[in-house]
Amino acid sequence: MEMQFFLSLICGIFIGGIAGYLGSLMLSKRMALVAGPLGHLTLPGIALALIYGFDISLGAFPFVILGIFLIWLFEIRTKLPMEALTAIVFSSGVSIAFLFLPIEQAEEALIGDISKVSFGDTIILVLSCFLIFLIIKKIYSKMILINISEDLAKAQGIDIKKYNFIYLFLIAIIVALGVKLVGGLLTAALVAIPACTARNLSKNLSQYRFYALLFGSISCFFGILLFEITKFPAGPLIILTSTFFFLISLIFKK
Amino acid sequence: MTEVILKVKNLNVELNGEKILENLSFEVKEGEVLTILGPNGAGKTVLLKTLLKLLPYKGEIEWKSGIKIGYVPQRLPFIKDIPMSVKEFFKLKNASENEAKSILKLIGLEEKILEKKIGDLSSGQFQRILVGWALVSNPQVLLFDEPMAGIDIGGQESIYQLLEKLRKEKNLTILLVTHDLSIVYNFANNCLCLNKKILCYGIPKKLTSELLSQLYGGEIKFYQHFH
Repeated sequence: MEMQFFLSLICGIFIGGIAGYLGSLMLSKRMALVAGPLGHLTLPGIALALIYGFDISLGAFPFVILGIFLIWLFEIRTKLPMEALTAIVFSSGVSIAFLFLPIEQAEEALIGDISKVSFGDTIILVLSCFLIFLIIKKIYSKMILINISEDLAKAQGIDIKKYNFIYLFLIAIIVALGVKLVGGLLTAALVAIPACTARNLSKNLSQYRFYALLFGSISCFFGILLFEITKFPAGPLIILTSTFFFLISLIFKK
Repeated sequence: MTEVILKVKNLNVELNGEKILENLSFEVKEGEVLTILGPNGAGKTVLLKTLLKLLPYKGEIEWKSGIKIGYVPQRLPFIKDIPMSVKEFFKLKNASENEAKSILKLIGLEEKILEKKIGDLSSGQFQRILVGWALVSNPQVLLFDEPMAGIDIGGQESIYQLLEKLRKEKNLTILLVTHDLSIVYNFANNCLCLNKKILCYGIPKKLTSELLSQLYGGEIKFYQHFH
């Protein structure tokens, strides 16, 4: 097996897994789609990264943070629904990106390119995914309680602001990692679809978390495998594989 | 037996510039069942949340020191979005399986319900589970927000029987928000009628029809609409 392909596969499996895992929290908070606008919003950052030749995730990350900050700020100032605000923020992001994104690199920005990761990248990525996994695991049950009812969580003495902050920060990191894999356009699917599949199949929370992680990982595995065989871009193949598992899950829906 | 466990003095709550509660003062004694009665928008839920210190307030709320409070909220609209078993729901509050089992016994549900998905419970079962959840780690006080919402009459009666049983067996003090006058007569031993201010405060047989029309006032039609 070719080394480059092997590295892409490892990156995919790890990013897909934690994206699915975090997605299971986002779905329960009805926030799965927030990753979409945030992904779009990374495009100016990706454009900068492509022009100046640094890592896409590094370019994307500050823009996600900026996006989350703006959405939060607008929500406090206007009381408009969050979807409306994210629409404003993300379309602006896309527009800005296309002002200066070199058109020949647009594909990589929009649908990702995992086929060029280096050995060093892979090591850093695997370690950070592992760290993020541990953090998600630690906050998981508290986040679930917050998702069920902020009042109940507060009455239990949970510091909601702190946990929401950690949670949003994790979303920002995952989106930044996700754009590397599937690009700015498809990141929402990376977090949303495995969680939907998992929900169809699970009777309880531990199954749900596990399946979300599992389907996130195996979608990336098969997606990248298909990319190696067909040479179609990996990003869309990953998402389509994920959708395929979702459709299959409908048959077994519990 | 008649130790005061909650003292509220000149409580004022203002949310987004609107006065929700004005100058409330009352006391709750150990073992008491206090119903908080009032029309929609009277501030009943706000009062419970304030007593739990979930909302900013002015004035004094003084719980007996070290007291444990269990809270049963009005609705949990998002809970059915999450695939979660009853056992896992109890675990969110760090209840051991043994504790969960003994609580189930107390609230009259079978152990096998632990494996059931919250989303698959009937509304009556779910309500009992919420009561049970509030009972984790043995609170001395239960705050109960509209326990009857969405439950049929048969279910309602048994929830009251359950509360009555819990009160007797565990010597619980219960604060109960409700619309329902029959609870006040059959179950409560004190009543606070609320419409932003306290309109009456006293044992239920002193609730006169004048007081009630004052309480519900022009909104009586709206109120009846829901029953």
